[in-house]
Amino acid sequence: MEKTLDLKFTYTEKKDTRSGFGDGLLEAGRNNPNVVGLCADLIGSLKMGAFQKEFPDRFFQTGIAEANMIGLAAGMTIGGKIPFTGTFANFSTGRVYDQIRQSIAYSEKNVKICASHAGLTLGEDGATHQILEDVGMMKMLPNMTVIVPCDYNQTKAATLALVDHHGPAYLRFGRPSWPIFTPADQKFEIGKAIKMIEGKDVSIFATGHLVWEAVVAEAMLREEGISAEVINIHTIKPLDEAAILESVGKTRCAVSAEEHQVNGGLGDSIAQVLAKNMPSPLEYIGVNDSFGESGTPTQLLEKYGLNAENIVKAAKKAISRK
Amino acid sequence: MEKKSIDQLKEICSQVRRDCLRMVHAVQSGHPGAALGLTEYFVALYFHEMEHNSHFNMDGHNEDLFFLSNGHVSALWYSVLARTGYFSTEELKTFRKISSRLQGHPATEEGLPGVRIASGSLGQGLSVAIGAAQTKKLNKDNHLVYVMMGDGEQQEGQVWEAAMYAAHHKVDNLIAAIDYNGQQIDGPTEKVMDLKNLHAKYEAFGWDVIDVRKGNDIEEVLKGLEKAKSLTGKGKPVMILLYTEMGYGVDFMVGTHKWHGVAPNDEQLENALGQLKETLGDY
Repeated sequence: MEKTLDLKFTYTEKKDTRSGFGDGLLEAGRNNPNVVGLCADLIGSLKMGAFQKEFPDRFFQTGIAEANMIGLAAGMTIGGKIPFTGTFANFSTGRVYDQIRQSIAYSEKNVKICASHAGLTLGEDGATHQILEDVGMMKMLPNMTVIVPCDYNQTKAATLALVDHHGPAYLRFGRPSWPIFTPADQKFEIGKAIKMIEGKDVSIFATGHLVWEAVVAEAMLREEGISAEVINIHTIKPLDEAAILESVGKTRCAVSAEEHQVNGGLGDSIAQVLAKNMPSPLEYIGVNDSFGESGTPTQLLEKYGLNAENIVKAAKKAISRK
Repeated sequence: MEKKSIDQLKEICSQVRRDCLRMVHAVQSGHPGAALGLTEYFVALYFHEMEHNSHFNMDGHNEDLFFLSNGHVSALWYSVLARTGYFSTEELKTFRKISSRLQGHPATEEGLPGVRIASGSLGQGLSVAIGAAQTKKLNKDNHLVYVMMGDGEQQEGQVWEAAMYAAHHKVDNLIAAIDYNGQQIDGPTEKVMDLKNLHAKYEAFGWDVIDVRKGNDIEEVLKGLEKAKSLTGKGKPVMILLYTEMGYGVDFMVGTHKWHGVAPNDEQLENALGQLKETLGDY
């Protein structure tokens, strides 16, 4: 469908966001000798092999022992290292929540928790690995920054930005090959949303893979004469409240879109901002209190209502509630 | 800091025990049992064995580092930190009170000098200490990292993840210790969850293991620490199994888990303090 649409952003290449992390980490390692990497037996999946090869002394294989990995990373900060831990999002958060809470967040350690294979688009491996609660868990932790980039270029830029950001951070990315539609030379400012497309009827706040779906949805809405504003919320915490209020101040309604449970996700954060400042209709695109299942990423996004068609429906509903 | 003589160390132990009991009594909460049991080890480390700087710096370059994994013995650590000059002994009065830097379990958020990581939720300190030890190696800093754990804490799975890792990665600038008092909250460890042969377990994981059979005898503790130091730098992490008696130094507290997390009342405090000489002046 997207081929026939007049899209405001296009792409010539698809790549997985995890490769953006791997390539960003390699560059970060070259720029800063204090950057170290840790991985729990998923070097290939996390694309950390190039860093390991170039900096063998600064790379630590932990084996399948994620709790220990989190503690090690916290300890390595003492003496000035900047550890980037790598494993799947499920094992980066739920499995090690208390370790992150005490040894990293409460202790304010400069650890970057880098999490791949997040969300439904993990695909065929199914619900055991498709974590949909991680953003909620991480954003609840005081001191924690939460970043969910939307494509390869943005993931690479976010990884590099984290080197200069002091404090605990969670970086969430994914497995599937995905359109590269943001510029390679983008300036990535943590906590600063990016207005991708200007519009006046409805604001679509999207994060991660669903930013692309929002771009497609905007073109579909435009064909029907509806003007949608698309905002890329790559940083869920701290949330760019000013950008949200400025946009909704104009459009008077909104849609949130994320590959995550509605409970505890980006939409909840936006709802808080709106409820406190500017009560407005808000429709949520996300998973509604269920686990995922096996399937292709496209099939799963369709079945669970997370694709462009569903964003279009939600936008119309939000507009109708104004 | 000048190294203390054995007699001086014994006097310090007596004062530190008084501090612990008075702190716990003042707020009627805290964990006196293990604090009394570990007094000799902490005093030996901070007043004799470790090269450390009481002008606190989080990164701790070019000094030995200590991590406390069983954070509930916080009263003991705070007393020893104050008595070695990290902060004023007056501040011990604020232990566990509102807006204090001396939290119930050690924390970094309030900026208490001497504390480098929060602890209390068990099983995490060994991993942290190993990470810090590896950073020392990357920084070409030849100082040692020490970590203290409880014996009940050995029931946590993360401890064994860390034990496996430290041997595999040859973290040989690390001296870990286990407070081997045989007690935990619900009773003797052998009844709650038997640790069986910890010595053999750590050896099987690839560690050098030392038994310090009299963990409340300052001379034995010093000997054990010297032995442990002599084993560092040889490709293996080092473990001290420190046999202590919970509640040591107070006759009605010794050898039972009953005083794990219970504060003495006025009468009990008076009785206990009567058994412990005030040597450096109460705070």
